[in-house]
Amino acid sequence: MNPTQHYNYGTAILAAFEYLLATYPEVFVMGQGLWSPWYVGNSMTELDKKFGKHRVIDTPVSELAVTGAGVGAALAGMKPIIVHPRIDFMLYAMDAVVNQAAKWSHMFGGQAHPGVTIRAIINRGGEQGAQHSQALHAWFAHIPGLRVVMPATVSDARDLLVAAVLCGDPVMYIDDRWLYELEDDLDPITELTLATEGPRCLASGSDITIVGAGYSTKLAIEACQALGGQGVSAEVIDLRVLNPFEPKAIIASVQKTGRLLVVDGGTRNAGFAGEVIASVAERVVPSIMQKPPSRVTLPDAPAPTSRVLERVYYPTADDVVRESLTLMSR
Amino acid sequence: MSWRDLGDLADPSKYHDAIDIRGKDPAGLISHLRKMVLIRMAEQHLAVARKDGLIGGPVHLGVGQEAIAVGVSESLRNSDTVFGAHRSHSHLLALGSSLHGLFAEILGKDTGLSRGLGGSMHLWDGPRGFYGSVPIMAGTVPLAVGAGLAAKLKGTDNLSVSYFGDGAVEEGAVHESLNLARMLEAPVLFVVENNFFASHMEISLRQPLNAMTRFAAAHDVPCELVDGNDVVAVHDAAARLIAQVRSGAGPRFLEAVTFRWYGHVDWREDVDVGVNRSVEHLASWRARDPVARLTAALTAAAVWSASQHADLIADTSRAIAEAWDQAMRDPWPHADTLLDAVYTQRAERS
Repeated sequence: MNPTQHYNYGTAILAAFEYLLATYPEVFVMGQGLWSPWYVGNSMTELDKKFGKHRVIDTPVSELAVTGAGVGAALAGMKPIIVHPRIDFMLYAMDAVVNQAAKWSHMFGGQAHPGVTIRAIINRGGEQGAQHSQALHAWFAHIPGLRVVMPATVSDARDLLVAAVLCGDPVMYIDDRWLYELEDDLDPITELTLATEGPRCLASGSDITIVGAGYSTKLAIEACQALGGQGVSAEVIDLRVLNPFEPKAIIASVQKTGRLLVVDGGTRNAGFAGEVIASVAERVVPSIMQKPPSRVTLPDAPAPTSRVLERVYYPTADDVVRESLTLMSR
Repeated sequence: MSWRDLGDLADPSKYHDAIDIRGKDPAGLISHLRKMVLIRMAEQHLAVARKDGLIGGPVHLGVGQEAIAVGVSESLRNSDTVFGAHRSHSHLLALGSSLHGLFAEILGKDTGLSRGLGGSMHLWDGPRGFYGSVPIMAGTVPLAVGAGLAAKLKGTDNLSVSYFGDGAVEEGAVHESLNLARMLEAPVLFVVENNFFASHMEISLRQPLNAMTRFAAAHDVPCELVDGNDVVAVHDAAARLIAQVRSGAGPRFLEAVTFRWYGHVDWREDVDVGVNRSVEHLASWRARDPVARLTAALTAAAVWSASQHADLIADTSRAIAEAWDQAMRDPWPHADTLLDAVYTQRAERS
């Protein structure tokens, strides 16, 4: 009998919710759209029916109070998961995340533990425009005390959610609707310790290091495959955990390849790609670099609605291939 | 007075007399008095220490507002979860927290309640049920709703208390929280201390009406309105509301009308920088003194004497001096502390 089970990214998230709710009575879920079949794709289907509406709570349109309530419930010993169907919608909740959740452990000398997990979904394209499309992971990664994870694979979609909820710290778990169709066969759940998880090599190569997170990792993988056909051996590193950030694996890779390309689903200025490049630049001897590092990001503009402009706005695997070949050129 | 208008409660020339203690147990009232005197004298000590430069950071003092926390806390248990804001020394001390722990925290010492990482504006005493205070005005109000929800999900009859002021209601967090608590039937007692000032600004310059109960009405949360400088009135209203919350009736709201003697921050009275705040105005409000009105009532009932009061002042003064001197001698936090508590497991970066 095969112990693995087939999932896509969405049903892997669903499996994590089911595991957590079934295993830990302190877990409950709260957010907008949780009693609606379509709001969060296939990632939370029927949870309210299986585990009860008292543990899977659809809420008023109050992003701040709901997120703050998650922080307070965590302080009182629960393991809440707060869901924001678009990361854009949770900007009203920034005080609860930045001033409260992220700081309470430190401000109170390690005695208060706001271990809330905030699931925020990036959902771009589809002519949704500027307030339904943002990827704000870099903002959150700037905040000490707030762990930030971005699953790029089916296994991480499941296992990083479980690890986030169990780690005892506040975590931003940022998943991407453009990944929901990814498929994989997974072993049964093993609980990971989030504090020891970090960037991981998804494809080994010797010519160029391509770094991504979330959907950008998918672009990196696709580019890696295309580059292989052109005789370029790319190594792909998936960031997975953006805060606290441990760049060791990326540095080791660049020391081998001498070339660094960072793909980031956020905008360029003060974005996470810049942090990756800086972290490498300050730790490698310049002479090992074949070319200066480069990045593929969104342009510094809000997301457009028109499909014509969307095609210009969002980087593709072709863009990653093109930039990689530029770095490979002599 | 009505849900729109505080009436005489907003008139500082009223409610100067001894409070009504008929039918009340003298021992309980004397216990209230002891706590109120301790809180008052501790804060007056902090005012002087701040003025003298012994305290490095801001202290937000609530002298004049002691009856509220003392009246509310009487009905609480250590298993309840109490949340405060920037002016929360009274909320903490009324729960029986250590005076030395508070002083050491305000001085930034390793022995402080928050291990020297919080100071006056970030206080915590979990074992006493004080779950945290922060200086973002309405910052902890939604947190209190969540802690209340946790108590309900765990099947206990514990509750949350959310202390905030008339300034915090100008932030959306309070309204979202009232609505959410009502819809979840979360066991929360919202206590708004209406002292008519947010920082330097008097309420008539900030809001069209002065009664906070109007927001309880808007969110269908049952409420009571009391003279916040009458510890018996606060105690009785809080006891009624807390009993309802514990019984599973959902959230309740208490508005306690009061006044702070000091300015927004530190030892000054802020009559120069306060808008609609004058020397005469302050003198008038000082005559509605919660400590003096309780003392007068106890004295008139012949259960409290001038010599007992003198002893109380002397004993409290001694306790404050001892706690302060100890805190001053205590060690500072070690530099390692800075990174130890950012996460539950310290993050090392290569």
